[in-house]
Amino acid sequence: MLTAEEIQEIKTETAHYPKREAGCIDALKIVQRHRGWVSDESVRDIAEYLGMSATDVDSIATFYNLIFRRPVGRHVVMVCDSVSCWIMGYDRVKKHLGERLGIDHGQTTSDDRFTMLPIVCLGCCDHAPAMMVDSDLHSDLNPQKIDSALEKYK
Amino acid sequence: MATVYVDNKACEMNPEENLLHGCLSHGFKLPYFCWHPALGSVGACRQCAVKQFKDDKDSQGKIVMSCMTPAAEGTRISIADPEVVAFRAGIIEGLMLNHPHDCPVCDEGGECHLQDMTVMTGHDYRRYEFEKRTFRNQDLGPLVNHEMNRCIQCYRCVRYYRDYAGGRDLNAFASRDQVFFGRSEDGVLENEFSGNLVEICPTGVFTDKTLKHHYARKWDQQFAPSVCVHCALGCNTDAGERYGSLRRIVNRYNHEINGYFLCDRGRFGYEFVNSEARLRQSVLKDRPTSAAAARQYLDQTVANGRVIGIGSPRASLESNFALRTLVGPDHFYSGIADHEAKLVGLMLEILRRGPMRTPTLRDIEESDVVLILGEDLTNVAPRMALSVRQSVRQQPMEAVKKLKVPLWLDHGVRDAMQDARGPLYIATPYRTRLDEVATATFRAAPDDLARFGFAIAHALDSSAPISHETSQDWLMAAAIARALKAAKKPLVISGTSCASEAVIQAAANVAMAANTALSFTAPECNTIGAALMGGNSLSAAFQAVKDGEADTVIILENDLYRRAPQAEVDSMLKAATHVIALDHLPNPTTEKAELLLPAGTFAESDGTFISSEGRVQRFLQVSAPQNEVMASWRWLKPDHWQSLDDVLRAMAKALPELDAACDAAPSSKFRIAGAKIPRSPLRESGRTAALVNINISEPKTPDDPDSALSFSMEGTPDQPPAALIPFFWSPNWNSIQAVNTYQKEVGGPLRGGDAGVRLFEPAPRNGQAYFSAIPRAFSPRQGAWLLVPMYHIFGSDELSLAAPGIRELATKPHVAVNSDEFAEGAEVEVNCAAGTFRLPVMIHREMPVGVAALSVGLSPLVGIQWPTWGKIARAK
Amino acid sequence: MKGNSEKPLTERMHTDGSVVDLQTYEQAGGYQAIRKVLHAGMTPMAVTEEVKAANLRGRGGAGFQTGVKWSFVPRGKDVPNPTYLVVNGDEMEPGTFKDRLLMERDPHQLIEGAMVAAFAIEADIAYIFLRGEYTLAAERLARAIAEAYEHHYLGKNIFGAGCNLELYLHLSGGRYICGDETGLLNALEGKRANPRAKPPFPVVVGLFGKPTVVNNVETICCVPHIINNGAEWFHGLSKTNDGGTKLYGVSGKVKRPGLWELPMGTTAREIIEEHAGGMRDGLKLRGLLPGGSSTPFIVEQHLDTPMDFTEMPKAGSRLGTGTMIVLDDHTCAVGMAWNMTRFFARESCGFCTPCWSGLGWAERILRSIEDGKGKPGDLDKLAFQAKMWSPGNTFCALAPGAADPLETSMKYFREDFERHIREHRCPWS
Ligand SMILES: Cc1cc2nc3c(=O)[nH]c(=O)nc-3n(C[C@H](O)[C@H](O)[C@H](O)COP(=O)(O)O)c2cc1C
Ligand code: SF4
Ligand code: FES
Repeated sequence: MLTAEEIQEIKTETAHYPKREAGCIDALKIVQRHRGWVSDESVRDIAEYLGMSATDVDSIATFYNLIFRRPVGRHVVMVCDSVSCWIMGYDRVKKHLGERLGIDHGQTTSDDRFTMLPIVCLGCCDHAPAMMVDSDLHSDLNPQKIDSALEKYK
Repeated sequence: MATVYVDNKACEMNPEENLLHGCLSHGFKLPYFCWHPALGSVGACRQCAVKQFKDDKDSQGKIVMSCMTPAAEGTRISIADPEVVAFRAGIIEGLMLNHPHDCPVCDEGGECHLQDMTVMTGHDYRRYEFEKRTFRNQDLGPLVNHEMNRCIQCYRCVRYYRDYAGGRDLNAFASRDQVFFGRSEDGVLENEFSGNLVEICPTGVFTDKTLKHHYARKWDQQFAPSVCVHCALGCNTDAGERYGSLRRIVNRYNHEINGYFLCDRGRFGYEFVNSEARLRQSVLKDRPTSAAAARQYLDQTVANGRVIGIGSPRASLESNFALRTLVGPDHFYSGIADHEAKLVGLMLEILRRGPMRTPTLRDIEESDVVLILGEDLTNVAPRMALSVRQSVRQQPMEAVKKLKVPLWLDHGVRDAMQDARGPLYIATPYRTRLDEVATATFRAAPDDLARFGFAIAHALDSSAPISHETSQDWLMAAAIARALKAAKKPLVISGTSCASEAVIQAAANVAMAANTALSFTAPECNTIGAALMGGNSLSAAFQAVKDGEADTVIILENDLYRRAPQAEVDSMLKAATHVIALDHLPNPTTEKAELLLPAGTFAESDGTFISSEGRVQRFLQVSAPQNEVMASWRWLKPDHWQSLDDVLRAMAKALPELDAACDAAPSSKFRIAGAKIPRSPLRESGRTAALVNINISEPKTPDDPDSALSFSMEGTPDQPPAALIPFFWSPNWNSIQAVNTYQKEVGGPLRGGDAGVRLFEPAPRNGQAYFSAIPRAFSPRQGAWLLVPMYHIFGSDELSLAAPGIRELATKPHVAVNSDEFAEGAEVEVNCAAGTFRLPVMIHREMPVGVAALSVGLSPLVGIQWPTWGKIARAK
Repeated sequence: MKGNSEKPLTERMHTDGSVVDLQTYEQAGGYQAIRKVLHAGMTPMAVTEEVKAANLRGRGGAGFQTGVKWSFVPRGKDVPNPTYLVVNGDEMEPGTFKDRLLMERDPHQLIEGAMVAAFAIEADIAYIFLRGEYTLAAERLARAIAEAYEHHYLGKNIFGAGCNLELYLHLSGGRYICGDETGLLNALEGKRANPRAKPPFPVVVGLFGKPTVVNNVETICCVPHIINNGAEWFHGLSKTNDGGTKLYGVSGKVKRPGLWELPMGTTAREIIEEHAGGMRDGLKLRGLLPGGSSTPFIVEQHLDTPMDFTEMPKAGSRLGTGTMIVLDDHTCAVGMAWNMTRFFARESCGFCTPCWSGLGWAERILRSIEDGKGKPGDLDKLAFQAKMWSPGNTFCALAPGAADPLETSMKYFREDFERHIREHRCPWS
């Protein structure tokens, strides 16, 4: 069941389009914002609300990178692995994060605090290497900066 | 026509089409995957690439997708250009990267479009050396098997399933080289046309799960052209068998009827033929007996008794006629239930006198405004529902044409059309699957549906009668009238499902007033044939026995308990001294027979059906005769009829209206260059392989006196006439897509014309009067319900219910009402003239109050004379 | 806005990175272009003609003339309506970071540009399609749009001139293919972002089946200035025939990576040496991708080519987004080619075979070469695949974009590839 709040937000977004189903991606993002990720149940909830089939919603959900169809930790660390960051030291960033958190891409720390994922160029190439934690961009990364950045997320 | 130069050869092509279509129509070997004649072009697979040149001086050219390029006048292309040959080889190499190369264990092996295209492009060496991606397969239910690792991401499945058939539970997931085609979770595919995935998928991802249970390679099967027995539409099929058991049904292309697609009941219902319970031997007084003894007993009984015969709407014309001949026309009774016989009689009267044209399914697909009066097509005439689904695209496509988007450019057309749909109006007592594409729906009791129809007719032509009681539905009726009037190709569909003569008459009035085509559904595969054959009514048969006029009843392929209330059938069968039954499967009627003769199904006999369109069509035996099972007409025929040709000749003489049956297919004497038509595909390895597990030396192949087909691989390699095509197969084209090579133009009629002879052609309108018996408005009765039938694609058809896959999917019998009195799913007792039935209730909020719909044909809901009144009470 | 500015797109931006709000924007001469259009009685065609005359070429990468595109929009009574304007703010091309700046720092410039563009094509609904990761831009754009609505600059009867414009911000679900204008339309319709066939072109059959113009953020941001100052002025900003200024960027191991608004046609050498401060000490430039990771490499000999849409092809490359990625001599060219190919393979929408299948294969070959497991013959396979992705061979321009850097890296740095295979290792690691 979608919450009243979720429904309200979805309604606002779908009002921007001439048809309801067009709000599917928005709905997925809204539900994810509230629930952390998009479960099978969430897919069904959205499908029902938008008058779509669960299969059709899932087809869309699985197409997009920013929709998580598996549980994630409280915070998602998305590390840019595109070309400028790669040149500027993505490997070191990734290694440091991996050691710090004890996880690889796609994994979640045992305390459920962080999930680490690769991400496409964050448009921060002049301050590479970069990563995003939740909705915050962190740039010019080095081990110290990474450590202090992670501190903020409990 | 446009002149297109293919490797400098001038070819006439249809300029309304794309180059791939044109090249294939000219027989060029141009490989393709994502394109399909019924689905159009999307340009996904890139396999159909050709070189295009600006003019005859351009030697550079550029690679284009032939499916995405119009066959415009003067276009110059090359298929053979080395660069494009290399490109196509690169494509197939790319498609095969992740393919498991599991052809030996794949059901598609040997009839696989991917195999064909791989060979056609010359790809035979594997350069890819990395890991393949793998998927988990899904359980999609009893009919369709899923093996995703074989997928080549051509997107045909979802385009067919969603865009064409309107399914919502199959889609593409994820992206890149990981696209998964399936459902969001395991489960039965919900669409009633899911089986077509088996033929749409160019490789072995979707295969026929029923075939898997008794698998045989295409080249190890023996085929015969057949006609579907599971509804009255007469879809053309090819039946494949091996070692005497039926292995599968595949689509037999008929441009006018089923085109490329069948419904799931038609494709998978065949398994009743293989049922363990099949009657394979004669039984006399509960003891197995020989055919000779059985026949002797039959002759004796007929000679000594006062005999009547009861025919059947699911038996062939020939079998009905043989029975009629055996007992004499005066003692021949139609096996159609009385209420139904009246309705069918009325429909025939309307069709015979005209002026409306009875449309083919193709006509229906091309109709631009459709009114459905009283029919739940998906459950009654499924394949017609698929055609109606296409019809709603006609008007929007006109708008698309104005944007200069070619109609074969599938995604372009869909993007331009968005959700626009042409007018489709559905008036029925309860909701139907097609409602989702309807412009408007109207829910009412049958009498009110009829009144609605009368009102539409009157709005079209004020001389058409209308009731003087006013109705609030007038506005909608007027809107429908306007739409029909403005249409280029309007259509009215009605039929027997509401069990209402008034509905049929109202539909006829609308069709006459708007000058539309008129399509009637009918309940069974040969209802129209049986009705044309005539005979006395079923209740008269019962009366004759009861009155002692007859003491012997011969019942042809007919479970009378499905036609009349149990008590009546019981007392008639009890009153008869001798009951002789012919059938495929045991049923309550055969259980009461003194003599039981094993009747051949469509797979074991030849015969002729007449479809609801009025198309006379032949089906031919696929298995060589085995044990004592044979066509009912062969059991019943007089000695001097040797073969089917004799039956047909005699029938044409006795019943001139049925002489078209002689032309439904070429006679048994037909030959191509002196040769018969082989039922078995030619095998490279030689025919001795066929039965090598039994005997190394080749046994003599059985003769077939009844048709121009042989029971072997020997015969003509040429394309037979449409009615005699046992399978589609031609050099380089081993899959069903070989059908391209059988057509005059790809996607068009078969060369030599499509199968079947139409009986009813539109007569000129001269003074045919409107029907004027307008019923009173329906008013609910206190304490009683009007009971109407509700049909189910899986469940209402008698024979397919004996197929395990269909049985698994069959609807549970129930009663549907709009009432606050009952809770959804609660047990109720329905009490009516046919008996008392205990059933769960389903609440249908859309239904008119006072009307209850009962699942028809599912035990115990048989033998009911519709419509009828009854009581419904909570079960104690 | 002053006609003598050399940096019309960026001059108002605050140096501290904060956003220019509506008031500041207006004080700096903002919302004058839309007023001029609405109040001076310019017709949509006149606006279109002005933009055409300015020779504004699309900054999304393809460089199509904006005014010409607008002129293709069907007009008149019988055309399907509404007409849509879509601003492409997807910016997912690796190495590209120009539109982010425009949206984060001066969102009203974009909004005003969208208003003028919408007027020109007679659209009354516009969407800004923003990539989902641009959270700061999203926040600031949303705020700016709200401000504009509050002032009745958006909505019904804007500036009292009887024109309507609804402007919506859509945040992407994240996929590079959403940047392709037709993929973007599908994404906006809430579908999988597979690209669409052209024809029919979006200007005829676009969003929700209606005529639609898609323009890049930077393109739209140029529009108010052209209206304010005229086509001639816009031409004058440029060093070449392609009008205006351009946001040029440099990333990689230069001293001062960054983004600068410079005259169109500035050379790579000037940008790298003067603005980016040259290569880091001890490093040499080996080559660069002039405009994002789907443009072909250029090398030393091309550095003096003016970076515009007309001249770059003569150097075998393209301007693309104008944000260049520099390869230095301490970074492995094979690794870089692998990284970019992996990006394209991951971002393939999965629709057409050469792309979804070939990119995955090429990525695996490149990785194995980089890992020291390359084999003789691998380079031929790569070359063959890259050819399979030529324009026209694939359904959209994603795979051709992958072919360009791969083919040119194998051309200019072939020895690197061969050494990897010969020595069974990456010499740079
Ligand atoms: C794979 C792919 C990605 C693209 N990404 C973007 C993008 O992020 N932003 C953009 O403006 N254009 C992008 N484009 C170009 C657009 O298709 C389109 O040409 C552009 O938005 C038109 O705007 P313009 O004429 O103002 O440049 C992309 C094209 C392709 C093929
Ligand atoms: S995509 Fe083309 S390219 Fe492929 S068959 Fe399909 S038709 Fe052709
Ligand atoms: S490559 Fe990482 S921010 Fe651009």
